Amino acid sequence: MYSKTVMEHFTNPRNVGEIENADGIGEVGNVKCGDIMRMYLKIEDNTIKDVKFKTFGCGSAIASSSMATELIKGKTIDEAMNLTNKAVADALDGLPPIKMHCSVLAEQAIKAALLDYSKKNNIHIEGLEDINFDDDLHDHDIEE
Amino acid sequence: MREYIYMDNAATTPVKDEVLEEMMPFFKEKYGNPSSIYSLGQTSKVAVEKAREQVAKSIAAKKEEIYFTAGGSESDNWAIKGIAYKNKKKGNHIITSKIEHHAVLHTCEYLEKDGFEVTYLNVDKDGIVDLEELKNSIKDTTILITIMTANNEIGTIEPIKEIGEIAKSKGIIFHTDAVQAMGNIKIDVNDMNIDLLSMSAHKVYGPKGIGALYVRKGIKLDSLITGGGQERNKRAGTENVPAIVGMGKAIELAYENLEEHNNKLISLRDNLIKKIEDSIDEIKLNGHRTKRLPGNVNFSFKYIEGESLLLSLDMVGIAGSSGSACTSGSLDPSHVLLGIGLDHEIAHGSLRLSLGDFNNEEEINYVVEELKKIVQKLRMMSPLYDKLEGEK
Repeated sequence: MYSKTVMEHFTNPRNVGEIENADGIGEVGNVKCGDIMRMYLKIEDNTIKDVKFKTFGCGSAIASSSMATELIKGKTIDEAMNLTNKAVADALDGLPPIKMHCSVLAEQAIKAALLDYSKKNNIHIEGLEDINFDDDLHDHDIEE
Repeated sequence: MREYIYMDNAATTPVKDEVLEEMMPFFKEKYGNPSSIYSLGQTSKVAVEKAREQVAKSIAAKKEEIYFTAGGSESDNWAIKGIAYKNKKKGNHIITSKIEHHAVLHTCEYLEKDGFEVTYLNVDKDGIVDLEELKNSIKDTTILITIMTANNEIGTIEPIKEIGEIAKSKGIIFHTDAVQAMGNIKIDVNDMNIDLLSMSAHKVYGPKGIGALYVRKGIKLDSLITGGGQERNKRAGTENVPAIVGMGKAIELAYENLEEHNNKLISLRDNLIKKIEDSIDEIKLNGHRTKRLPGNVNFSFKYIEGESLLLSLDMVGIAGSSGSACTSGSLDPSHVLLGIGLDHEIAHGSLRLSLGDFNNEEEINYVVEELKKIVQKLRMMSPLYDKLEGEK
């Protein structure tokens, strides 16, 4: 059902934990649907110096969180903004169709954390204006 | 790596050696069609009738009251649709419970679309059907009560005898899905006033794809599978002879060894429950503590999700199951866990370990040790657990 990469990231997830005094924190998902992702960002000079996550969810939710943190660590804010759910899923060598929403959650958790950062620092990040985190990600029909 | 530890016996069981041995000749040597008049055919016919006798005996029924089907789901479909359509002039109301197997629930939903009315009874926090609500739900138009003998997820055993009495006193037909109960509890269709009973072979160390429906003499129902005259014109299709033979043997073995099987499983089950409760905090045992199937253990572990738990267990060689949404392929966690009043978060974190004849005490100890580590690891990753730590 899951690729080797998913299982590897599920078994040995990267960047689990919290960052004290994080510059941005984002949480998406809900308990009702069975997954919650929370991302912590440390940002210096427009660059993501550190990132940590905590996730309640299935194997692919944990693997997607882990992979997403790896993909944005050390990158600029613009680069992190460009991370798509598809890139997360591809890096995991694919997710089953019914689990694609996990990769969407990972993308959104990063954006939610960046939104938090932008609000705290009163700066504008291109692309965050029209994001709606209330979208129901759980129709399980998100395109691969 | 140690041997794989299989604790999902409520999903299916391995075929026992004695069962397979009885089945083997009916694949190649004794391959005749039971409907054929020549001796090769009659050999098969005799074998099918012997199996019918074995199955009937296990529930104190008569041989002529047993019909073979392709499994528990077909038996449920046939019983419910067959009774509903046969009695639609008499009434259109069916009573069932909220925690039935999908083979019953989805069949009832199908009938609702065709003009039938269905009452889904509530259950209490342990999963037991409310008998007062049952009595109050009965109307002049009620034609069928269908309540499972024991629940597949949480193992709760329903008060079948009492339900049978209520049904009988009101002249209503009573069907029970006994797929999980067969081979685990003693069933007497007369003592319990059961009119129809569904069963399956693969939950009791028999082959998959074979089941039976008990239909009390005098109860009439429409056929589901129409065609040839097999099963006394009630269920068409050439008999699955090897599987029928296997089912007969498996059920006979199960009831010969019922007491031994139960004593062993209840002791293992209660040990597993106690050890999990002693070593992991913030958990909840789902289902009734004593009125439960001998092999059923079902816990919710707060702050973690069931699929992660199953994957982690699989990596250390343990097979179990969960009622989380992610393992059911739907958005919601199990209807049974929601039915006993669990909120979504707790329901997502459920784990069922169902024990069988091949489990032992050593395996229990290993499972508890591994489970403890896995739950701790997943909780350390969980933002829900973290919130709680913050509050402390």
